[in-house]
Amino acid sequence: MSTVNQVAIPKVEVMPEKHYLNDNYGIRSWLLTKDHKRIAVLYLFTITFFFFLGGLFAALIRLELLTPQGDLFQSDTYNKLFTMHGVNMIFFFLIPSVPAVLGNFLVPLMVGAKDLAFPKINLLSWYIFIAGAAFALAALVSGGVDTGWTFYTPLSSGFLKTPVVVLGVGILIAGFASIFTGLNFIVTVHRMRAPGLTWGRLPLFVWANYAASLIMVLGTPVLAITLILLVLERGFHIGIFDPKLGGDPVLFQHMFWFYSHPAVYIMILPGMGVISEIITCFSRKRVFGYTFIAFSSIAIAVFGFVVWAHHMFVAGISTYSALVFSLLSFAVAIPSAVKVFNWTATMYKGSVTLSTPMLYALGFIGLFTIGGLTGLFLAALGLDIHVHDTYFVVAHFHYVMVGGMVMAYLGGLHFWWPKMTGRLYPEAWAKMAALITFIGFNLTFFPQFILGYLGMPRRYHAYPEEFQVLNVLSSAGASVLAVGFILPLIYFLYSLRYGQVAGNNPWKATGLEWETTSPPPTHNFEETPIVTCDPYNYGDDEEVHVVK
Amino acid sequence: MQFNVPFFPEQASTAAKQVDYIYLFLVAITAFFSLLIAALILYFIIKYKETPGRKAEQIHGSMLLEITWSVIPLGISLIIFVWAAWLYVHMQRAPANSLEVYGVAKQWMWKFQHSGGQREINALHVPVGRPVKVTLISQDVIHSMFVPEFRTKVDVLPNRYTSLWFEATKPGTYHLFCSQYCGTKHSAMIGQVIAMTPEDFENWLASGKAEGSSASNGEKLFQQLGCVTCHRADSAARGPNLMGLYGRPVKLTDGRTVLADDNYIRESILVPNAKVVSGFQPIMPTFQGMISEEDLFQVMNYIKSMGDQQQGGPLNNRSYPDQIRENELRHIQEQMKQQETTPQKPAGKK
Repeated sequence: MSTVNQVAIPKVEVMPEKHYLNDNYGIRSWLLTKDHKRIAVLYLFTITFFFFLGGLFAALIRLELLTPQGDLFQSDTYNKLFTMHGVNMIFFFLIPSVPAVLGNFLVPLMVGAKDLAFPKINLLSWYIFIAGAAFALAALVSGGVDTGWTFYTPLSSGFLKTPVVVLGVGILIAGFASIFTGLNFIVTVHRMRAPGLTWGRLPLFVWANYAASLIMVLGTPVLAITLILLVLERGFHIGIFDPKLGGDPVLFQHMFWFYSHPAVYIMILPGMGVISEIITCFSRKRVFGYTFIAFSSIAIAVFGFVVWAHHMFVAGISTYSALVFSLLSFAVAIPSAVKVFNWTATMYKGSVTLSTPMLYALGFIGLFTIGGLTGLFLAALGLDIHVHDTYFVVAHFHYVMVGGMVMAYLGGLHFWWPKMTGRLYPEAWAKMAALITFIGFNLTFFPQFILGYLGMPRRYHAYPEEFQVLNVLSSAGASVLAVGFILPLIYFLYSLRYGQVAGNNPWKATGLEWETTSPPPTHNFEETPIVTCDPYNYGDDEEVHVVK
Repeated sequence: MQFNVPFFPEQASTAAKQVDYIYLFLVAITAFFSLLIAALILYFIIKYKETPGRKAEQIHGSMLLEITWSVIPLGISLIIFVWAAWLYVHMQRAPANSLEVYGVAKQWMWKFQHSGGQREINALHVPVGRPVKVTLISQDVIHSMFVPEFRTKVDVLPNRYTSLWFEATKPGTYHLFCSQYCGTKHSAMIGQVIAMTPEDFENWLASGKAEGSSASNGEKLFQQLGCVTCHRADSAARGPNLMGLYGRPVKLTDGRTVLADDNYIRESILVPNAKVVSGFQPIMPTFQGMISEEDLFQVMNYIKSMGDQQQGGPLNNRSYPDQIRENELRHIQEQMKQQETTPQKPAGKK
């Protein structure tokens, strides 16, 4: 396990003379950049801020839940904390995380293009995101919002006195950022692939981002419509969701989940793409079942649109629609299972090294498997009646989104950090952080499955005493998890200056992004690469991937 | 702190055991597949650890394996689906002999009333060994009634009845939680469900201070609100006769046929013109804002008590099937206008 030959590089690597980071200096060169790599870095800084802000709210929530009595915060404050935690993490961290940072940086490199199809729209997407974020922060500093991230009506539209409209507008605006990113990816993948890079040769990371882009473009407008209707009802008393005004509150749930269920696939699919890249590289093997992994992404994107009402099995929907949505929800589990089996099989007869990205990837597989399987509990109608709206749902969601998605994002960040910055992070520290994250995560969220089945409802400020032990365990785990998340922040920043120079391809990985310098030049490639073989042609180290 | 943490809430209803079986089956499935994947990964890490001189063997995939690991999960999923769906359908349909209880949820309180007229707040007394159906409505936002020991839950909506049923199996005091986030004191919107032996329950009912049964109170309201002036069984009736209405199909002017259930009757009182019975004119004024949710339950109970449910095809509930003549209608409308205190079309204006 200690063989880290990819770090012990025989010759001393030197930084390339000219690259995208030193191509230009000054604030203007960043704020007016059309370079997808620089925009990715802008996004990286932005969402890192929101990740730690959302994390701070989570820490305060766990602190309050140490004791059964609601004694640290007022109920309203607590309600604002979990609302802002959810809104921050979902709309301002998870949704943009892999696509807007890693996807932005890598999709053009992986398809051998000089940039995305619409560089100006790409920059605009970041500005729109910042505008949305500004509204969200304005809602926060003007007192915070206590609707829950789900904004259920008529509570949100007619009862709460907090700045719901400001936050709603913020999310609405930020949604367009993700539409623009998705649009850019779709057009880029269709039109700008390098010669020889057929669909069957696309890296699975590109497939996954392509599938997620389809959802972003098709789903996000529905969220926009829903939020506009909410704002109309709240601001102008036009009856849409509030029965007092002649509306239907359950209609809101249908519309909200029509976007927000597919949105969880926007979050997880790109993460799955990251895992496919890492597993192959550190097993030195072709991916097992390329076509199945690629098409399972598309299948998830398609099926993801027809399962939304599984959030509403106890909300008074008809029995027949519950049956249909339950069946479809089981169906969407199959492509995810196929991916997990294929990743595992990829390691078979490989040559496995446990570098940091691999640790994150393996952590992802384990936690995502648990997260995915506990999804079946919630899709199972008779059982969902009991576990719906309890901590079981909270645990399931965090297993998929933190155990899955955040692990994938961190794994990807470690994997491509040398490409993005030209430097290596300290491997020993990184391995330790990955381990701490894995342990802290399980300690935080596993007790919540039990809490949920015991019947502790979610979003409870105070709770019966019998739930305390498990809550204390969970809070203790959260403090470990926090260490696991803060460590990378420190050593990544450290590595920017003191990290070992990485060289073009420190992992000896395949893929066009490794053919160029680290960091890449502004225009990515000196000459347009020509692809002559399948992806992941590991095994023959001498084999030339690109013919110039 | 209590340190003996159980893994299950108490099993206190007939459904609890059924739900726990599915849960345990799924826990077993989850444990099996998680451990399988974890074991494979660990085995591969050790067995195929990078060693100098050995190269990875390149394998493209295997159609047989792909089919295997698609079909097996699909099969298991279908088993769980059918099993859990069967239980869901069972839990949706209250047995006909259920004891009926009505509940109103509001920020942040539960109010229940029994058909005998007994009322309680943040507590619900029920007998063991008999199915109990709770029909619920919210006065404001969406709430959700959750009793973990009974493994049952249903959202409580404004403007529409939902219901759940359970059969308690052992006497005891159980949690009543609001599980749908409903504002400031969501976590304080809790109470107790007290399951009692049938004898204790009868004693409890008898000791409760009830001013007449729910149906008899409903009858009084029926008189006070003037419903009886139109809804009566004679030739001058301007509204449908409500005798034996409950649970029967009703034919509407637009040709549709709907079931006269709780939600239909509630809507017909609050938004009378939404569904007009065939053969009648849309002349009924609204009672929106004039009758509380709790009183509505009583009127409903009175209507339910009017005549036994009858079998048969869709009726228009008119005792005398004559159409109201044009001039008669004008006359009635003028009369109504004079008595009018509330606007004709309430929806949207308050």
